[in-house]
Amino acid sequence: MLTVRNVYKTFNKGTINEKQALCGLDLHLAPGDFVTVIGGNGAGKSTLLNMIAGVYPIDNGKIEIDGVNISRQPEHARAKYIGRVFQDPMRGTAAGMQIIENLALAYRRGQRRTLRWGVTKKEREIYAGKLRILNLGLESRMTSKVGLLSGGQRQALTLLMATLIEPKLLLLDEHTAALDPKTAKTVLELTEKMINDSRLTALMVTHNMKDAIRLGNRLIMMHEGRIIYDVAGEEKKNLHVSDLLAKFEEASSGEFANDRMILS
Amino acid sequence: MNIGGIMLAMQGAVSQGVLWGIMVLGVYITYKILDIADLTVDGSFALGGCVCAVLIVEKGMDPLLSLILATAAGMAAGAVTGLLHTLFDIPAILAGILTQIGLWSVNLRIMGKSNVPLLKVDTIFSRIVDFFAVRQSAVSLVIGILIAVLIIVFLYWFFGTEIGSSMRATGNNEDMIRALGVNTKVTKLLALMVSNGLVGLAGGLVCQSQKYADIGMGTGAIVIGLAAIVIGDVLMGKLKAFGSKLTSAVVGCVVYFLIRAIVLQLGMDANDMKLLSAVIVALALCIPVASGKWKIWKSYSEEGPTC
Repeated sequence: MLTVRNVYKTFNKGTINEKQALCGLDLHLAPGDFVTVIGGNGAGKSTLLNMIAGVYPIDNGKIEIDGVNISRQPEHARAKYIGRVFQDPMRGTAAGMQIIENLALAYRRGQRRTLRWGVTKKEREIYAGKLRILNLGLESRMTSKVGLLSGGQRQALTLLMATLIEPKLLLLDEHTAALDPKTAKTVLELTEKMINDSRLTALMVTHNMKDAIRLGNRLIMMHEGRIIYDVAGEEKKNLHVSDLLAKFEEASSGEFANDRMILS
Repeated sequence: MNIGGIMLAMQGAVSQGVLWGIMVLGVYITYKILDIADLTVDGSFALGGCVCAVLIVEKGMDPLLSLILATAAGMAAGAVTGLLHTLFDIPAILAGILTQIGLWSVNLRIMGKSNVPLLKVDTIFSRIVDFFAVRQSAVSLVIGILIAVLIIVFLYWFFGTEIGSSMRATGNNEDMIRALGVNTKVTKLLALMVSNGLVGLAGGLVCQSQKYADIGMGTGAIVIGLAAIVIGDVLMGKLKAFGSKLTSAVVGCVVYFLIRAIVLQLGMDANDMKLLSAVIVALALCIPVASGKWKIWKSYSEEGPTC
């Protein structure tokens, strides 16, 4: 489904702020793979997702989705294949537009925009049905501005928008990190349900190692722009947080002291 | 001061306000929908006027057709700003200034001199004046309202379409709409073109109604546009529907020209008008911020309320 081959990315090349974010990264995802991505700050997790989404161009290497080489496609062209949920709940939705308008924009992901109506009557029914799945009561307030919703509601809506047209690949970049624990749990449950129901291929960056072990069928750990640990199936299920911490220690040769690694 | 003179001045101000209101609709697209302060406007307004005047006077073109070309010229100016901004990442404000400055010379080249009078030729207004034997300012008003309504209807439709929706989303949250597959370079370019097209059209209309085009006719247009939007917002801000937002921009422009006529009648120097415009916009932008801060400051108390 997704093939990332020998991808390099260096930010601020040739300056004192030069930072090699990805360093010959290889990754292959089979259809239906739900992969959790962990790693310390600056390991390249978000960069990996941004490179796949086309936020910045890659320096070298190749990215393919379903056999299509998207390495040099602009972000908006890749959107045809990719659904995304960002860490910041404000980034995934348009605050000044109605819930239904946001959904209608997402419903046209990857399609050519024309002079047809932006929202049709027929769509309203589809969206109401989809919103009901969220169980947040949003189906009764579809003409409310998204800016009136809470962070959790917005993130749930973004998730729905990312999967409204089934994406070939779903990218989740710490999408529950900015939410309170209870809301984060709800959004995570919703994520799991949506991925399982449609057998989506997904990459999920998380800082919560328990979630990383519990969710998905495969786990990768990144360090300094490389994948240093890749585990799937039974072996992954039997992992413990302590195993991952040991791996981290090993990779960072004892320097590991990361305040964002919450062991909850 | 005689009442008749004042009434006449007021009527003139209203009809002028409506014609300039079409320009304000253009400014509304960039300032409110796209969230960009586009300074091309000063140049594209004069461009519309110059193109219109030269085509009518020198090429003997039909005044109605010349308005279409004035619109096209405005769109081209918007495209220059848009390309500078989207292809080369020049900040929108700077891209607009560059186009505006360049247009000054272009406009002089088009006219060959600093102004072109339209005294002896037909305009869309003079035709109707002759036909119905009515006063010019009344005709300007009726035609202005007619065109403004048509454009508001057009914009209402346009921003409801898929392309229009993605334009609104571009102004709202660029990251999001790009992630949903829209090329925001295209939506920005298109919005700048539509906006400046309307500004060019307004320039052509104003030129025909005042019967001359002048190199300086667009100077300060952007400030008038912003002032009109701000005044409209103060007067009709409670109305949330998109159609009424657009209407409020035109109404704001009419009110602006009324204020202007009044202060001129009161004996203010016409040259001080630009300062007044700037002060109106500055105040309108400052007051909400200042009052918000004041409210927070005032509402502080050491003892909290009982929850």
